This record gives sequence, C-alpha cells and structure tokens, in this order.
Amino acid sequence: MLKLPIYLDNNATTPIDPRVLEAMMPYFTTHFGNAASRSHSFGWSAEEAVDYAREQIAALIGANPKEIIFTSGATEADNLAIKGVFEMYAQKGKHIITLNTEHKAVLDTCKHVEKLGAEVTYLSVKEDGLVDLAELEAAMRPDTILVSIMYGNNEIGVVQPIKEISAIAHKHGALFMTDGTQAVGKIPVDVNVDGIDLMSFSAHKMYGPKGVGALYVRRKGPRVKVTAQMDGGGHERGMRSGTLNVPGIVGFGKACEVARLDMEEDTKRIIALRNKLENELLTVEEAYLNGSKEHRLPHVANISFKYVEGEGLMMGVKDIAVSSGSACTSASLEPSYVLKNLGLDDELAHSSLRFGLSRFTTEEEVDYAINHVKEAVEKLREMSPLWEMFKEGIDLKSIEWAEH
Amino acid sequence: MAYSEKVIDHYSNPRNIGTLDKSSSKVGTGLVGAPECGDVMRLQIEVDETTGKISDAKFKTFGCGSAIASSSLATEWLKGKSIEDAMNIDNMDIVEELALPPVKIHCSVLAEDAIKAAINDYRVKNGLPPIEKL
Repeated sequence: MLKLPIYLDNNATTPIDPRVLEAMMPYFTTHFGNAASRSHSFGWSAEEAVDYAREQIAALIGANPKEIIFTSGATEADNLAIKGVFEMYAQKGKHIITLNTEHKAVLDTCKHVEKLGAEVTYLSVKEDGLVDLAELEAAMRPDTILVSIMYGNNEIGVVQPIKEISAIAHKHGALFMTDGTQAVGKIPVDVNVDGIDLMSFSAHKMYGPKGVGALYVRRKGPRVKVTAQMDGGGHERGMRSGTLNVPGIVGFGKACEVARLDMEEDTKRIIALRNKLENELLTVEEAYLNGSKEHRLPHVANISFKYVEGEGLMMGVKDIAVSSGSACTSASLEPSYVLKNLGLDDELAHSSLRFGLSRFTTEEEVDYAINHVKEAVEKLREMSPLWEMFKEGIDLKSIEWAEH
Repeated sequence: MAYSEKVIDHYSNPRNIGTLDKSSSKVGTGLVGAPECGDVMRLQIEVDETTGKISDAKFKTFGCGSAIASSSLATEWLKGKSIEDAMNIDNMDIVEELALPPVKIHCSVLAEDAIKAAINDYRVKNGLPPIEKL
C-alpha cells in the first residue's frame, strides 16, 4: 500500500534505519553512563560503545578511529575545522579558498573568520557545478592555509573531483578540508585515497540520528591540529569538550556500518529509481536538469520546470515532500544561491524542485511522484502567463518587467 | 509554511483563469511583477460600455500559492464592480480575506497593482488619462 505523503527530501534528512534505532535503545536505558566516567562499569560500558562506534565510523571512510572527533553535527564540524585551522595556523598564513556553492555552514564560517583577519577566496563554479581546477590552482597563494571544498553538493548533488583538488592544495602546502555531509555513506569516500585532511559529516543524512556528527582530523602525514572552539573537560583529544552523546554516537556508528555493508546494493537500486524519475520528468517540455549529470550523487535530481514557480509547484505536489530553490518571501525574493551561481537565470532557479531518494524509496513511490509532478506542472502552466507567452513565441527577455 | 484554507481553496480551484482579447477596446490588461522575482500576474477586465461596470475578469499567474490565490480572489471581486469601486480595492482587503502571513503581503500588493494596471490600460485605450487611487 502506498502511504502518502511520499518523502523525497532525503538531502534534508533521512529517516532512521530500524537497525540503527535498535542499536541505540539500550544506551538510553540500561547503559546510560557517561563515557568519561572512569570509576565504574556504567562509564566503562558507555566508553566501550563509543570506541566501537568510532571504529565503525572510521572503517567507512578509511580512517584511524583516533582521527574521529565527535560533534553535534556537520555544521559544528565545519565551524571547528575552519575556525580551528585559522586559529591554529594563523602564523603560517591567513588565506582560505572555498566555493560559492558551499553550504552556509562553510560560507558563513568563512565570513566569520574574515572578520578576524582571514582572507577568503570564493571560487565560482562552472555551469555544471564543478570547480574549475585551473582556477583553483591560480588562486593558491604562498599563505594559503586551507582549501575547503565540499564533496557532494546538497542542492544539486554534484560531486567534486576531490583527488585532484586535494593534490593541488597539498602541492601548495595547504590543508584540504571537505564537507562530506551529503557524500559519506552514499558513495565510497576514503580519506587516504582522496587526500583529505579534515572532513565534516553527519549521522542524520545516512539513516542515523540527528544531533551527532564528526570531524575527521588527520593524524599522520601531516598531523593536523585545530584549536578547540568549545572549552571544558578536554574531551575528544582536547579538540571538542562536552559530554559525548552516547546513544547518538552508537547510532552514528551503526549507520556507518550499515552504509559500508549495503552501499553497493543500495546504490544500484537507488540509481535505477533516480534515473527513472529523472528521465520521466525530463520528458516534460522545457524541463532541465541542474548540475552535472555524470558527476553526481546517486540519489539526487534537481530539475527546473520552466514557467512554473517552485513554491507554487510544491503546493501542487502536496503528496510528495520535496524542496524548491525558490524562496518567495518578502524577506528574500532571491532564489537559491547555488542555482544562481551555476549561472541559471533567476526564473529557472525559481522553477526548481530537488528530489532526494533514500534506501527506503520504492518504485511505486517513484511512479506516483512522476505522475503527480507532471500533473501539477501541467496545471500550473495552464495558469502561467509566462507559459502562454512562451507558447505564443514571445521572448520574455524582450519585455520590460516591473521589478518589485 | 502553512497556508490558510482560503488560499488552498483558491489555489486548488482557481476562479477565472484565462485570457481575454487584449486588442479589444473593452478589455484592459495589467501585467505586473517579474520572472526574476518569482511572481508575474496578468489580470484582465472587460468593461460593459453601457453600464460602465466590469462584466468579466480573467487572470493568469506565475507564482506561489498566495500569489495565485490573491489574483484569483481579485478577479472574483472585480466582476460586477464599477471602475471606481475596483480602483478602491486595497491590498489589505486581500490580506485579510486570505489570511496572508506578513511574508506574503507582497502577493496582495502585486494583485492591487495588477488591478490598477488593467484599469489604466482600459482607460488609456479609450482616450482617458490614467488615474491614481480615487
């Protein structure tokens, strides 16, 4: 039986996997100890569980368990990485390079360190959302301490050439950090193969619980250090104080283990469903895929339906949960900055829907979504003056619009 | 954001979608907003020359649910009104009727602008000067 509404917003968050929840439960009840308590069995069993989770997490990304620093999520990990590196390596330099399509957790943190004296270069991306490696190389300076470029984009799913990027950063003596939030658990990520020095990621994007994430911090070749942004008991090798979220961490560990074991099969299935959804929706007249088609996460499709507005469209597809690049509020008439930075016209950026599938998405759900979206687009185009003009052959660019 | 029942009703069953002959001297057309802003409204009125009242009104809107509902409601209100009464439709009346939240007030402003633009288009076509709010 098809249950409505259908959840297709898995880039925002994923449902928790039952296997993950089951692993977590005892740590809310019988094993409630503080992992930092050294004097009794309650603390020991919590610490043991945390150590085991650290191993599960490290195994997924090819890291050493000691290189995993637990945080409250990827946003905190991004903050810790960028602010922590800027403070720790201030003597070496003050230049940071990032992309203008990064998540706000990276962009706003970069803005913050700019106020503290950092110089940040925000590179533009190419039309397909990928970084221009020649531009990155040209932007490197002797005082560049950090290159921060995300693994997979949250809005369009574009996967950056991480190996090439890290090689450029290292060639110029800079550290390479990546926001791996959308990629870890979805595609193979290996910190050594990829040359990653720091990486933020989060449990709730890979069927784990919310409120727990990690920063990978390389210990060898080079040994990376970040200045703590949270002072206190000196947990997590002094980099992040605060009592560990034991049940969350246990869930995070289990989620990583499941992802590692099931990734190949999950990916095959999800790609087939995503491609079906995408191919069907792209048969709609004047529908366009945003971002690179090849270099993309397996579960994401971001599609613009020209001449219909995204927020109105979302209201029309109330049986599916998706998100739109359009923000039609008086506070912000600006559509998604990610889509705009691909060079999309504002009107195309306003017309986009992001579909994010999960390991729980079924073919029946995808079929339903396809028809539902097609019908809504058709209905809204019936009432769209822009569609009528397009059909009459009027060039919308020739009209003098009264901007408001 | 949760939409009011009235917005959902107008969105799901929009009144008076369509196109009137914009070359007719009886028809006034208002096209406001811009695609870049994510809102474009086209509102048209047809005026009965003998009574001077609006005999028909049609709209098409590119925009969010509140923009669609605002223009749908506007066409409903316009029908049967004199030009003078139509000119007095205030955006806050639309806000109140549809229970629009503050972030959607601009949708009602756009609808009011569309009404005025349509009326003035009609007036100019018929050799009358455009008017501001009466």
